[in-house]
Amino acid sequence: MNALAAIGRFTLGGVYHLGRCGVFLCTMLAVISHAWRRFALVVRQLYFAGVMTLLITLVAGLFVGMVLSLQGYYTLVNYGGESALGLLVALSLTRELGPVLAAVLFTGRAGSAITAEIGLMKATDQLAAMEMMATDPVARVVVPRFVAGVLAVPILTLLFNVVGVLGGYYVGTVQLGVDSGVYWASMQNGVDVFEDIGNGIIKSFVFGFVVSWIMVFEGCDTEPTAEGISRATTRTVVVGSLSVLGLDYILTALMYGGIS
Amino acid sequence: MPHSPHNPARPADTLVSVDNVSFGYGPRTILSGLDMQITRGSVVVVMGPSGCGKSTLLGLIGGRLAASEGRVFFDGGDVAALRRRELFALRKRMGMLFQSSALLTDLSVFDNVAFPLREHCGLPESLVRNLVLMKLHMVGLRGARDLRPAELSGGMARRVALARAIALDPELILYDEPFAGLDPVSLGVTLKLIRELNDALRLTSVVVTHDVDEGCRIADYMYLLGRGTIIGHGAPQEMLHSGDPEVAQFMQGMPDGPVPFHYPAPDYRAELLDAGGARS
Repeated sequence: MNALAAIGRFTLGGVYHLGRCGVFLCTMLAVISHAWRRFALVVRQLYFAGVMTLLITLVAGLFVGMVLSLQGYYTLVNYGGESALGLLVALSLTRELGPVLAAVLFTGRAGSAITAEIGLMKATDQLAAMEMMATDPVARVVVPRFVAGVLAVPILTLLFNVVGVLGGYYVGTVQLGVDSGVYWASMQNGVDVFEDIGNGIIKSFVFGFVVSWIMVFEGCDTEPTAEGISRATTRTVVVGSLSVLGLDYILTALMYGGIS
Repeated sequence: MPHSPHNPARPADTLVSVDNVSFGYGPRTILSGLDMQITRGSVVVVMGPSGCGKSTLLGLIGGRLAASEGRVFFDGGDVAALRRRELFALRKRMGMLFQSSALLTDLSVFDNVAFPLREHCGLPESLVRNLVLMKLHMVGLRGARDLRPAELSGGMARRVALARAIALDPELILYDEPFAGLDPVSLGVTLKLIRELNDALRLTSVVVTHDVDEGCRIADYMYLLGRGTIIGHGAPQEMLHSGDPEVAQFMQGMPDGPVPFHYPAPDYRAELLDAGGARS
């Protein structure tokens, strides 16, 4: 009986949390026009979030491209297919790894920081003070961070892809001896701007939206104590990363027809 | 602004009137049946033990919380009945000083004081600069304008927050525990500022505190809260010499009295003997 009650409580709690999350999104979208009116703030946040995540994204992209190239080569060479190495690296990156990993890295680096920042602003009454100064904290604090997040993830994804392709190029041609012209040509022939790169960008926009939503919601929903902030930060990373992976499957299935 | 029904019992010089207000979070009642009249131009001190709902009262006056029963009037208008836009218009007429000062940590002292001016007034930057310097001069921190909030001491941060609270020349200032955690000098400065700003700018001040001495020094009128309701009110001298045992206990700071020293607990002797029996 106790276990049943616990399941019920857990479910109710989850639904309640989701509901608040949805209401929060609506209140945020209602004042989203402030992103234009306060564009300087968006740029500032874009700078912070982007710069914060840039280094980690570039390094990760480089290594992911290098590993892809290495693994891909040893599989392809068995079939004499090493000429398709460039295509393999580019498609893996633009379709899947770029959007997913850039979004996960953004969540871990910038997402957790922004949740903690908003949570701390709440705990030190800064949000309440803004409200008492007749300024809507959602418009002033939350919307610029949210919009900056939505914009930053696709940009980081593109950079991740570029660096990954270059890393793959280095390992494939310089170290493993694939002809450099073949590496680029297979990529040029096989990668479609809309089908592959375009879908990857759409994915990264969706990931950016969801991750940014989660990070600002958790920040505003923080219980204003030290433990509350640490819990909210952890939740941003866990829920954000899992959402990205789950959504990736759904989006891939929708875009490339994985489910028949 | 469309005014909500006027409170008929309200005398003409009352700025804020709290009319039979009750408030609670869920089943837990914090305040019940509160009645207060705050006269224009006065410094009203609301005292009471920690956790008796003093800060909640400021939330109700500022419209951040809605009373479950009764109404709060500001200048004749029902605060809880206002729409968001009207509420924000009303808040430009009141300033609030938070216990934590609540300075925006990513802005300098200057930008913190300029924040409400830039948000609401659309003034040219040269004018904003002069206004900010005037407000900072009033609290004696004109020289600290380029510091970051993290570089300020607690007392200085509170003075900056005070400068920010008066930036829009409000009619009412709400102080939440302005004396908590200050050294004697900062305390003296804060007392002086509250009184002088109130008289010089013709403000009305509501000060929430549990410091009896400081409260008595600046108050024109005092309310004492306890058990979620008003247990006494009057001028400071009346309160200090009140015959009511509950009021006297708080004003004299006696450890035991109508408010017992012990949190409600089962019988001491029985509990000790029980525990001993259970362990052995």
